Amino acid sequence: MTIRIVALYPELLSIYADRGNVRVLAQRARWRGLDVALAPVRLGEALDPATADVILIGGGQDRDQALVAEALISQAPALRSAIADGVPVLAVCGGYQLLGHRYVDQSGAATPGAGLVDLETIAGSDRLIGNVLVRVELGGAEHDLVGFENHAGRTLLGAGVQPFGRVEAGAGNDGVSGLEGCRVERVIGTYVHGPLLPKNPWLADQLLAWACEHNGLSPDLQALDDTLELAAAAAAAELARVERR
Amino acid sequence: MSARIAAAIRLARATGALSRLTGRGGGTTLPGHVFLRVAPNGLRPLAARLTDGVALVSATNGKTTTAAMLASVLGADHAVCRNSSGANLVTGIATTLASMPAAASIGVLEVDEAALPRIAGAVAPRLIALGNLYRDQLDRHGELEMVASRWRELVARLPAETTLVLCADDPVIDDLGRKHGAVLRYGIDDPAVALPHRDESADSTHCVRCGQPYVYAQVYLGHLGAYRCPSGDHQRGALDVAARDVRLDGVRGTTFRLEAPDGTCTVSLRLPGLYNVENALAAIASAYVLGVPTAVAAERLSAFAAAFGRFERIAVDGREVVLLLFKNPTGANEALRAIRPDVASAQVVLALNDRIADGRDVSWIWDIDFEEAFPGVAGITCTGSRAADLAVRLRYADVEPSVLTTGANVVSAFDCAVEAAPADGRVYVLATYTAMLDLHRVLSDRGLTRPFWDAAS
Ligand SMILES: [Zn+2]
Repeated sequence: MTIRIVALYPELLSIYADRGNVRVLAQRARWRGLDVALAPVRLGEALDPATADVILIGGGQDRDQALVAEALISQAPALRSAIADGVPVLAVCGGYQLLGHRYVDQSGAATPGAGLVDLETIAGSDRLIGNVLVRVELGGAEHDLVGFENHAGRTLLGAGVQPFGRVEAGAGNDGVSGLEGCRVERVIGTYVHGPLLPKNPWLADQLLAWACEHNGLSPDLQALDDTLELAAAAAAAELARVERR
Repeated sequence: MSARIAAAIRLARATGALSRLTGRGGGTTLPGHVFLRVAPNGLRPLAARLTDGVALVSATNGKTTTAAMLASVLGADHAVCRNSSGANLVTGIATTLASMPAAASIGVLEVDEAALPRIAGAVAPRLIALGNLYRDQLDRHGELEMVASRWRELVARLPAETTLVLCADDPVIDDLGRKHGAVLRYGIDDPAVALPHRDESADSTHCVRCGQPYVYAQVYLGHLGAYRCPSGDHQRGALDVAARDVRLDGVRGTTFRLEAPDGTCTVSLRLPGLYNVENALAAIASAYVLGVPTAVAAERLSAFAAAFGRFERIAVDGREVVLLLFKNPTGANEALRAIRPDVASAQVVLALNDRIADGRDVSWIWDIDFEEAFPGVAGITCTGSRAADLAVRLRYADVEPSVLTTGANVVSAFDCAVEAAPADGRVYVLATYTAMLDLHRVLSDRGLTRPFWDAAS
């Protein structure tokens, strides 16, 4: 069986080396003997919800974000149907903002988003930049999420939306609430890029397990030797603690 | 020269002398700061003392090498005034101009991309050579677009007598020449050295005029190549100065046939890689505008050796060590492409720091094509403050764990790699800016290289 990884608009949404996330998911699947199909959806193409086991949405340059927003809105029904079918979605940075209702820039002008999650983003006057450390509860266990954030947007979650995690060091959604990202079932939004999957293998494996499940495969993944990943995660966590406490 | 300018120059020079005396390093910006405080509009009269004019060189990648090449070509006929690579903002340019010797007759100034409009406005250059605009790890939020639009404004108000030397292979740069009269375009024209496909992460994918994605007949590096917009409103301009029949000979060098308005000749560089072909084209085209025949410039370039950390080659205990600076994915990819033919049985040191000058965010290593970059390599050492991130990156690039070592200290990692190499072996060091600086300082203390500011100026 083949795990089908779909990156949305990688030609525009890869500002923070988002293809690293695709690479990590694919490799961790291959190392477990699974076949992998990379099927990016490019601008002008339609997402077929029946052909995805996991969907990745990255971040883009401001200039391209409006272009992508329009395209993503047109794909919202397909995305909704995939999500309802249990396909996990990881949306990072600009992609995270696009999950919401709108992005309001500094002049007050609003760009609509795909409206998949009840949240909205308002541009702040400064950028929130630096190494970041977040505590995440997922699958009944606590995890450290480490990486880098760089965003001007302040994201506010709707009343029924859970954050992905709580900020230990760094700014998170808005720099004040202590919340980071969003999670609704298998849809995860986050400002942590890095790309984030290389240093957070537990998250990569959770997405893979969900993808396997969607594909009718066993979600019990064989353990890998993550010594290098854990060393990098520990070093990054230390940087975040020292810099941003 | 007005009394105010003369006084400002004296003060700037005294400041420079003082900072050298106190051993605070090269003193490459403070004197300029002092100068501009005393004479805020003093850059123009300063630059006007260069009787044969000033050439400005800017680009994301390659401006230091291009400026060094141009200065070395012009150096045979002129006393050249040149700034060091670390001093390419307004204060650095002011320092350079205020402290230049009286004999200096022509200026070759490397200029930071963001500072170019202000400096070009102030010094009335004879020519401006523009190489490329890449997003690098320091500005990943639309600043490339901002720089491009400021460059457009600059070109729009440029006097007709200022010549633009433009890299036609970069769509944004090519388009700058659309309405200017005096333009010389250079580029590569050789399908044999093109990449099989364009990198997904490359910049400037969409037409500067209508927004449609460009179609590339050839891609040379990053987003540089022979492109056209499907709607027909923009394609690469005709090349006035072109490199054809390019032969890449690993780290040993590069040869190509130069076709220029004044004839054809062969250029042999001691520098590897297509990006040095672009740098050489920029230097030769600029020298041509300044009166040097292209064949003469080509001849002079054949002796040109690398600047700080840009394919510098040094001997350490009989081993050949090659130092390569890497600061963004495109530069790194091109460096890897250049060493690939010779990397078998070599030692490689990859040094990644995350200080401000390197970029705090190390995400960009995931945009470097490490996959299949090291066939037959004997050992790879990841080092620097973010060594662990590099090691993870290499694991996902399918690098054999048995060849991989990790250690944070750059100098120890370097020494171990040299020791591990056979007596007549080769060691490649790819390092980010501050890691290269640290290593260079130690190598210079050991008498193996010249100090950075000597090497760069
Ligand atoms: Zn067009």
